[in-house]
Amino acid sequence: MSGQTTQIFSDAEPDLAYRAKWYTERALIYGALIFWAFICLFPIYWTVTTSFKIAPDVMRGNLVPWVDFEPQWRGWRSLGLSPNTISETSTVREEFLKRFMNSVITSLSASMLAVTLGSLAAYGLSRFSYRFGFMRNSDISFFFLSQMILPPVVLALPFLILYKELALLDSRIGIILLYTLMVLPIVIWIMRDQFSAIPIELEEAALVDGLSVWGAFVQIVLPIALPGMVAAFILSLVLTWNEYFFAALLTSTDAKTLPVMVASQTGSQGINWWSMAALSTAAIAPLVVIGVVLERYIIKGMAAGAGK
Amino acid sequence: MSMPAQSDGDKLHVVTSDHMSPGRILAGRTLVWSAAVLLAVMLIAQALYEFEVISFGFENWRPVLYAYLLWAIAMGVAQVLIRGEQGKRALFVLPAVLFVVSMVIFPMLFGLYISFTDWNLASVTGRKFNGLDNFRQMLSDPFYWNALLNMVYYVAAIAVEYIIAFGLALLLNADIRARKFFRVALLLPLMLSPVAVSWMVGKSMMEIRFGPLARLGRFLGWESPSFFGTPEVARLAIMVMDAWTFIPFMMIMILAGLQALPKEVLEAAKVDGATAWQSFWEVIFPLMLPVSITAIVIRIIFKLKLADIIINVTSGGPGGATDSVTSFIFREYRDRSNVGYGTLLAMVYLVLIIVFILMLLSGVNRWMRRTSQGGFG
Repeated sequence: MSGQTTQIFSDAEPDLAYRAKWYTERALIYGALIFWAFICLFPIYWTVTTSFKIAPDVMRGNLVPWVDFEPQWRGWRSLGLSPNTISETSTVREEFLKRFMNSVITSLSASMLAVTLGSLAAYGLSRFSYRFGFMRNSDISFFFLSQMILPPVVLALPFLILYKELALLDSRIGIILLYTLMVLPIVIWIMRDQFSAIPIELEEAALVDGLSVWGAFVQIVLPIALPGMVAAFILSLVLTWNEYFFAALLTSTDAKTLPVMVASQTGSQGINWWSMAALSTAAIAPLVVIGVVLERYIIKGMAAGAGK
Repeated sequence: MSMPAQSDGDKLHVVTSDHMSPGRILAGRTLVWSAAVLLAVMLIAQALYEFEVISFGFENWRPVLYAYLLWAIAMGVAQVLIRGEQGKRALFVLPAVLFVVSMVIFPMLFGLYISFTDWNLASVTGRKFNGLDNFRQMLSDPFYWNALLNMVYYVAAIAVEYIIAFGLALLLNADIRARKFFRVALLLPLMLSPVAVSWMVGKSMMEIRFGPLARLGRFLGWESPSFFGTPEVARLAIMVMDAWTFIPFMMIMILAGLQALPKEVLEAAKVDGATAWQSFWEVIFPLMLPVSITAIVIRIIFKLKLADIIINVTSGGPGGATDSVTSFIFREYRDRSNVGYGTLLAMVYLVLIIVFILMLLSGVNRWMRRTSQGGFG
């Protein structure tokens, strides 16, 4: 009986050393990861908790709610978004919601437009050969992708004057057009990759079966390329939601987006930390949610160029 | 790809009858030309009205824009009418081409014109062509040169970002638990708008009295932690904030590259008894060079647009030490409404960027060819 409990094989000296090394390696990897995750998450944590602080908590540098300080709704009340003010009318909240809706509408429409235009162009370029004047397919691709280099500042001032003449200044449409232009090269870059991964034989079969080129594109190719399109859409959404430069120059009262509102608040003297924190939290919340839920697509989109 | 050269033919072959009836072609031509004539007439009429040659016209140029849209649609329809199946294929690319051309080429030409005028939105005297005056002013503008120099520092900081991003990608690629959590956590900074980051980090965490980073600085023995007092520290603080937001971007690209590495090669290195360091330095890193270069080039392109954080945190201060070109031009417009001069600065910047990127790409190409000729292993 005792033979079952006594150890027959024991680890040799090199094996033990190996295991010790393995453990230190693990500890180092997790240590580094946790350290960097802390660096990434702390500013978000800080902002969210600060929105529940009042002045003395901020000054004492209290960090942990319920332990260090009692959470208060001060910051959210100033936005009209706390439980006791949510049912009352609040001009600040209306202002905030208006900016929020502007951001939602501009970023969604621009991303949609960019994905539509970009997917069509990327598909055409990956399947057919074009000739516009001296430009061949590779030139057209380069023309699209080279727009990525263009710094916004080059277009900003001419657009300021053009939009004034076209009565598009401070309008959502003007902003949507510019945002579409801004993300279009990225969308084409991602979608070109997606379409060239789809075997042409699929469409050839569809054409033999009597579908037109556009029919094959809509019925056969689009469903396969959908995940890639979602990735491009999400990435565009992130970029356009966060855009500040064009919005700051080209909008003033009607079409002002959320980042411009946040920026204009930080500029004022004697900022209330709690209301600024609440505003920042509200501004970043949608994208944090998107980041957590749709992380797969964001990574897919950004990885599109890395495989090449 | 071992496919034969197909640059001349379509990859997707379509057998079509390319015979179009003359009536159809005529209809197409008529359509596109009548739309073009309408556009031209409206354009000329509106221009005459603006210069007060004629007394009737529209309040603004918006109707001309509608005429342009009409022409663009007519152009698309005409493609199908005139060229049939070929035209339907052109419709894939045509909308994007027209969009980009009208949104980039035209404003750029207009911008080129503006940049040689003394156009100031605040002045009542109007604008006039002033030749190379703006250019001369630029040459003697120390703040612009300073901003360009700052861009060199900012771009140089990408080297550090790259090392950190590569390290993080290796960590995420290791055999770890809770990989999804770490991936999401490490990705999150990229989701945040630079404006929000400006407040969250720049204005509150780096606040001198109560900010947690200032407290940490005091704890570590930094007497008076002021992040935006001296030029060097302020520039560093901007770099750190920008790096914080964009490291995930490079990290994800490198991670994707790592995951696409051929497993056999790594196994072979292990079998051959390579240490972890050797297999990284002699196998993984060389194999990752193309991906690394793509990531770095794209990061440089993004970095050259850096502005939001600077505008919101330091407004270029102290004394222009943190100014990027974009933030400098932004203030040139905001403070002085100096559209003409600002546009010239932007145009010069664009030329510099194009030259820089082209040099970078050709340098990279040449270098890659040399290393691949030498071969490794």
